[in-house]
Amino acid sequence: MKDPAERGLRESATFDRATIAAIQHAARTGVYDIRGWGAKRAVPHFDDLLVLGASMSRYPLEGYRERCDTDVVLGDRHATRPLHLDIPVTIAGMSFGALSAQAKEALGRGASEVGTSTTTGDGGMTDEERGESKTLVYQLLPSRYGMNPDHLRAADAIEVVLGQGAKPGGGGMLLGQKISDRVAEMRTLPPGIDQRSACRHPDWTGPDDLAIKIGELREITDWEKPIYVKVGATRTYYDVKLAVAAGADVVVVDGMQGGTAATQEVFIEHVGIPILAAIPQAALALQELGVHRKVQLIVSGGIRTGADVAKAMALGADAVAIGTAALIALGDNDPQYAAEYEALGSGAGYYDDFQDGRDPAGITTQDPELSARLDPVEGGRRVANYLRVLTMEAQTLARACGKGHVRHLEPEDLVALTIEAAAMARVPLAGTSWIPGHGL
Amino acid sequence: MAALSRAEADARSPVVFDLHETTVRALNAELHAPTATSYEVLHPQGAHSLGAGIHDEIDVAVRGHAGYFCAGMNKLGRVVVDGSAGNGVAENMMSGSVRVRGDASQSAGATGRGGLLVIEGSASMRCGISMKGIDIVVGGSVGPMSAFMAQAGRLVVCGDAGDGLGDSIYEARLYVRGSVGTLGADCVEKPLRDEHVAELGELLDAAGLDHRPEEFRRFGSARGLYHFTGDHGSY
Ligand SMILES: Cc1cc2nc3c(=O)[nH]c(=O)nc-3n(C[C@H](O)[C@H](O)[C@H](O)COP(=O)(O)O)c2cc1C
Repeated sequence: MKDPAERGLRESATFDRATIAAIQHAARTGVYDIRGWGAKRAVPHFDDLLVLGASMSRYPLEGYRERCDTDVVLGDRHATRPLHLDIPVTIAGMSFGALSAQAKEALGRGASEVGTSTTTGDGGMTDEERGESKTLVYQLLPSRYGMNPDHLRAADAIEVVLGQGAKPGGGGMLLGQKISDRVAEMRTLPPGIDQRSACRHPDWTGPDDLAIKIGELREITDWEKPIYVKVGATRTYYDVKLAVAAGADVVVVDGMQGGTAATQEVFIEHVGIPILAAIPQAALALQELGVHRKVQLIVSGGIRTGADVAKAMALGADAVAIGTAALIALGDNDPQYAAEYEALGSGAGYYDDFQDGRDPAGITTQDPELSARLDPVEGGRRVANYLRVLTMEAQTLARACGKGHVRHLEPEDLVALTIEAAAMARVPLAGTSWIPGHGL
Repeated sequence: MAALSRAEADARSPVVFDLHETTVRALNAELHAPTATSYEVLHPQGAHSLGAGIHDEIDVAVRGHAGYFCAGMNKLGRVVVDGSAGNGVAENMMSGSVRVRGDASQSAGATGRGGLLVIEGSASMRCGISMKGIDIVVGGSVGPMSAFMAQAGRLVVCGDAGDGLGDSIYEARLYVRGSVGTLGADCVEKPLRDEHVAELGELLDAAGLDHRPEEFRRFGSARGLYHFTGDHGSY
């Protein structure tokens, strides 16, 4: 049959095919959709910004030859052992439970190979990832699954998670099919039950308490480890100020496009703000407190390329974190599994059922046979390659702007393609000096 | 007279940290790499994080009131607070014991994974929240939302329990001697069988309390929220 569009049929922009399918699914099952990945709708993003390379008024650096450094120090405000990373791209927190042990190990191997950090997640620290991660950030989440003071001491930094970009204000979910015996034991839960992670921390409420909580973590670890505070991007300006006041060494801001292992679709698509809108707010908050670059800013949510890295840093970030892109580098949505994705009702390039536990690529699963498909050594190599490319791309753009360090990129190096992006990123619309909301 | 062993000598003369003269940092640094087995903390005056992160079999007596997170994440240590304790006492305790002679504020024993927490007085809201294996015995009453999302371990309340007891509870077992305000979602009363009387007797013994186990009622999970369905609003 001919393509409906060719037959002159018009698809509704309001009720598009995905919307129709969602209504049909709700009517059929009476439950809403839970899925992985991040927001799929288009929102203003780094693609809406352009980098102004050097010409007459700026002097570029020679590609490949002239030095353009990429290292970053994280957490030197209070910690006696801050992190020294070779590249400003880190691996975001993704839980063992959500991911297979092989995937966690591969991420650790890849990050270590290029001198960056990886992060635990909502489910505790595994020996595999500690063993293979030269620099490991340990998350303290509301659920406290697997929380262990020995792991706090074994970590290189601690990340207090208040929220995620995919679901600010929401807790975690791990469906029963992924609660294997090992996951259940680490989380102290019966195997096979649908498990919810709390959305509020159990032992502190509000920023004043958080300051005391951070004090406790510092005491337990003898003031050695940098302490991060991670927030989903919403009221970012205020959240960053409060995180700094609570004593954070590093603030992590995750935009609404940020990935998740399992969240209600309605949450993923409708809560939070794009990372593009959040970075300038965070940078402004840090500047007003006089701690920009002293309290480091890590941003995440839809980072895919070295251009995204460079633009995020130009807007004021010290480093970025990647989740979804790292999974893709590991083999997520690989066309070699096209037939299997289709058998699961999805397709290569569309697969987002991370909650389901049947990932053909062996990444978001606890199934021993599926996860055995992922070779942690080979996976680590792919992640390392990808991280190298991101870094080289960011360096290329920084050199074009005449910067001897990627961190020297600045808002002045950027313009926006759309009025929305100009307003959110607080850089001028290309070819004008107009930043909407900031006068003429 | 025979010479005293080091432990005996320590027990008789604990190393004293007077917080009028030194800092919590100095105290905790010593407790994390102990050169003695017994310590006494004078003039705590509500300082936070006293004895947080202990990971050796040492005795610590806090002579006065403690602030937030006293004995937080304790492993192996035996801590006694001769006073009241602030928010999050013995939070995420792994093993060992903590005894509060006075009352405890919110989130006592939160997420605790092992060991015994005894509160001789009463505990505020959220006592035993998210507990993961710890045993908590409260001589008095506990406030609302206690044992919220409690996963494992046992909470014994010799007085009354506030509203919302055991909301969204998993496998923890709750024993209450007095009245219970309301039960939280999925928390139900369950029969007190012989094995429960026996374990309750042991817990009361360990806490040094002489109530009769038969006077308590048992609460636990109806296990109705273990699988998300569309039938309730708690998906
Ligand atoms: C499979 C998966 C599991 C995740 N698990 C956690 C977690 O346990 N804790 C957390 O703070 N964030 C978690 N996240 C969010 C990431 O840390 C990060 O914020 C997000 O992935 C960044 O956006 P990106 O995926 O677009 O790079 C998870 C993300 C994914 C894709």
